[in-house]
Amino acid sequence: MDRIPILDIQNLSVSFSQYVDMFRKNDLQVIKDLNLKLFEGEVVAVVGASGSGKSLLAHAILGILPYNASFSGRMSYCGEPLTQMRIEQLRGKEIVLVPQSVSYLDPLMKVGFQIRKSVNDKRSKEKMLQTLNRYGLGEEVEKLYPFELSGGMARRVLISTAVMDSPRLVIADEPTPGIHIDAAKQVLGHFRKIADDGAAVLIITHDLELAIEAADRVVVFYAGMTLEEAQASDFSDESKLSHPYTRALWRAMPQNGFRAIESIKEADL
Amino acid sequence: MSINRRKAMLVLLVLAVSFLLCILIAGVLNTDAAMKTDFTRKNQPPSLRYPFGTDWMGRDMFARTIAGLSMSIRIGLLTATISALIAFALGSAAAVMGKTVDIFIGWLIDLVMGIPHILLLMLISFACGKGFRGIVIGILCTHWMSLARVIRGEVLQLKQSGYVQVAAKLGTGRLRIVTRHMLPHLVPQFMVGLILLFPHAILHEASITFLGFGLSPEQPAIGVILSESIRYLLTGSWWLAVFPGISLSLIVILFDYIGGMARKLLDPASAHE
Amino acid sequence: MNKLMVYMFKNFIRMLLLLLFVSITAFILVSLSPIDPLQANISQTALGSLSQEQIDKLEMYWGVNEAPIERYLAWVRAFLHGDMGTSLLYRQSVASVIMQKLSNSLMLMVFAWIISGGIGFFLGILSGMNRGKIIDKLIKGYALLTASAPTFWLALLFLLVFSVWLGLFPIGLSVPIGMDAASVSLSDRLQHAILPAVTLSITGISNIVLHTREKMIDVLESEYVLFAVARGEKRWEIFRHHGLRNILLPAITLQFASISEIFGGSILVEQVFSYPGLGQAVVTAGLGGDIPLLLGITVISAAIVFAGNFIADILYGIVDPRIRKGARS
Repeated sequence: MDRIPILDIQNLSVSFSQYVDMFRKNDLQVIKDLNLKLFEGEVVAVVGASGSGKSLLAHAILGILPYNASFSGRMSYCGEPLTQMRIEQLRGKEIVLVPQSVSYLDPLMKVGFQIRKSVNDKRSKEKMLQTLNRYGLGEEVEKLYPFELSGGMARRVLISTAVMDSPRLVIADEPTPGIHIDAAKQVLGHFRKIADDGAAVLIITHDLELAIEAADRVVVFYAGMTLEEAQASDFSDESKLSHPYTRALWRAMPQNGFRAIESIKEADL
Repeated sequence: MSINRRKAMLVLLVLAVSFLLCILIAGVLNTDAAMKTDFTRKNQPPSLRYPFGTDWMGRDMFARTIAGLSMSIRIGLLTATISALIAFALGSAAAVMGKTVDIFIGWLIDLVMGIPHILLLMLISFACGKGFRGIVIGILCTHWMSLARVIRGEVLQLKQSGYVQVAAKLGTGRLRIVTRHMLPHLVPQFMVGLILLFPHAILHEASITFLGFGLSPEQPAIGVILSESIRYLLTGSWWLAVFPGISLSLIVILFDYIGGMARKLLDPASAHE
Repeated sequence: MNKLMVYMFKNFIRMLLLLLFVSITAFILVSLSPIDPLQANISQTALGSLSQEQIDKLEMYWGVNEAPIERYLAWVRAFLHGDMGTSLLYRQSVASVIMQKLSNSLMLMVFAWIISGGIGFFLGILSGMNRGKIIDKLIKGYALLTASAPTFWLALLFLLVFSVWLGLFPIGLSVPIGMDAASVSLSDRLQHAILPAVTLSITGISNIVLHTREKMIDVLESEYVLFAVARGEKRWEIFRHHGLRNILLPAITLQFASISEIFGGSILVEQVFSYPGLGQAVVTAGLGGDIPLLLGITVISAAIVFAGNFIADILYGIVDPRIRKGARS
């Protein structure tokens, strides 16, 4: 492929320094040598178990890692290196985040203001109303506070915050946490639509089944390492999957027999 | 073994605690020097021999200050420890003994907080006929609230935490749940809360004594020293007020510092530094 | 709006009940005292200068034969009719002593309350927004230092430096205790008030700074601020859009909770500067066994503290949409 990827991540590692007991300090690597390419119009899902440091991937790309975390590796955006300075210019405009829950919204600010980033001109207001409309939300949602949103509304409000600026790269952190399968499919449909409009979408999720359904490619992530990168279609056939963990995951899916995952030891990986 | 912040903190912690212990012991051993009057050395400004000067009765202010600080630390130790225990008892009672007890303790906290601390201390001291007993009871009654709230919150959180509920479902005995699963989380909170009670207790003791409701004028307490100093400020004996005050502030800062360090060492959230 | 009214009403009732409990507690405490009020005062203050009627009235109040509960009920009944009894030391009605002293103290307290609240809020935000930088360390250092020094000692230092050494302000001690407030000129009063008011403000700032700083850091570490950063909002925008908004609620609580502390501080500061305010009166009452005055001041000060809390609760209800719309109470 000679197209330039929108996002190209090479050998990304993220680590934390922390105290393992009272007086011993250690570096804990949460992401090891991750490689990922995202092209225009593509939805890529990164699948990993809860607590596997998936969110940190989003935070690393957006340059918002906590102060005790550090990363190495190279990231580039549309062919240019994505430095901290560059991402500070791009985030919120070309690169946007769809956060995982309503707690990422200011509890004391009306939803409308938050969707349009507190900008109060007429154009932003119109754009916001269009966006609300696009996701089937009424105008009255603008006047609500985050605590008044139902789960499904909150999801759509969070997505609305992302599409206000016609982004080129959308990073969705766990967009379907514990919601009903139909609702989840609908949410993922929204991301498909965003990709079809010309953006690249990176979905970070723990749900392999939904990932296969919604994404073009799926990256399986375990204990910080990339185990498998495959086209979503490859998941229809167990033999096309290379890693035993992925195969185990695959077998655990309902339509494939629902067999339990045998415990995987670090040594098997 | 590299030197990281936590190890450095431990060294400072040990130093600070030993410094306080030294003052405590020096004050106890040296009460006579603090009380000894000598009219041949009245009103002397600070010198090498009398670093804090002498007062109008020729008493060595350095010895008096040390004795006063020692007294402050002793009262602090006594009241902070018992206050912390009261806080622990009431806080956990509010969390585990049902809604009525919880509401009652909530009201009790609001009630005590409703009267300005100094005023309540004065009232209690008045009720006890002033003196040492009044101070101790007063401080005990007025310093438990915030730690009790912390303990209550912590216990409630622990009660609802997954592993305690699982342990309960697995049939683990109540006592075992408390000792194995709850105390290890509560003890650090308790210790930090206890240490951070010191500064308040010490400052309040000095204040109430200063006002004339606390320790009797015969005792070399910092509050007494400072209260007496007012009369002599006009005649130029500034050292009577300056050094004892600085010393007391230093002790308070040290306790605050120790509490802060203990919190950082014991708090799991500060592991990510 | 209805939910807000219910919320206010509940808080109001709670306040009244708490005030009742405070009066009971205070009454029990003064009754416990081994110092018999009448005996102590008859021996301490000149008995002869009390008229027979006053003594009779006192005996009616503190009648040794009556049960404490009856005495309390009598006291409450009189209190509700505006009669707080007669001060043994000032030989005036407690109400008029309190009015007089309170007006002096209010000048100090309101000044200190506004100054310490304003400056403390500003410095706390500045410190929290610049966490770990030099300005944060300076502000924090200042706050810890003033919080660690006893209030009355700071007052003594100020007295020493500004009155004794520099001679800028009168030395409080020269004002006769119990001087009639009306006979003092306004400029005189102001001159006497400046130093105590400044001292009280300075000691009040530290607490507000440290708490505001902590809350500001909490806000900055919140997920919604992280998201705002991820959306490209700059520091100043984040402060304007989210920081100020979210720091306001804790600031209201803090500001009104500080009334109690300022009240406590004023007792110490007035004592050092011999300022003829409520604080000095309560110390005099406590030391001299003037029980009616002691009780009166306790109840009034608790009423002020609770009123402060109540106002804070109302403001909270108005500002916080979660309470306004009844999501939680």
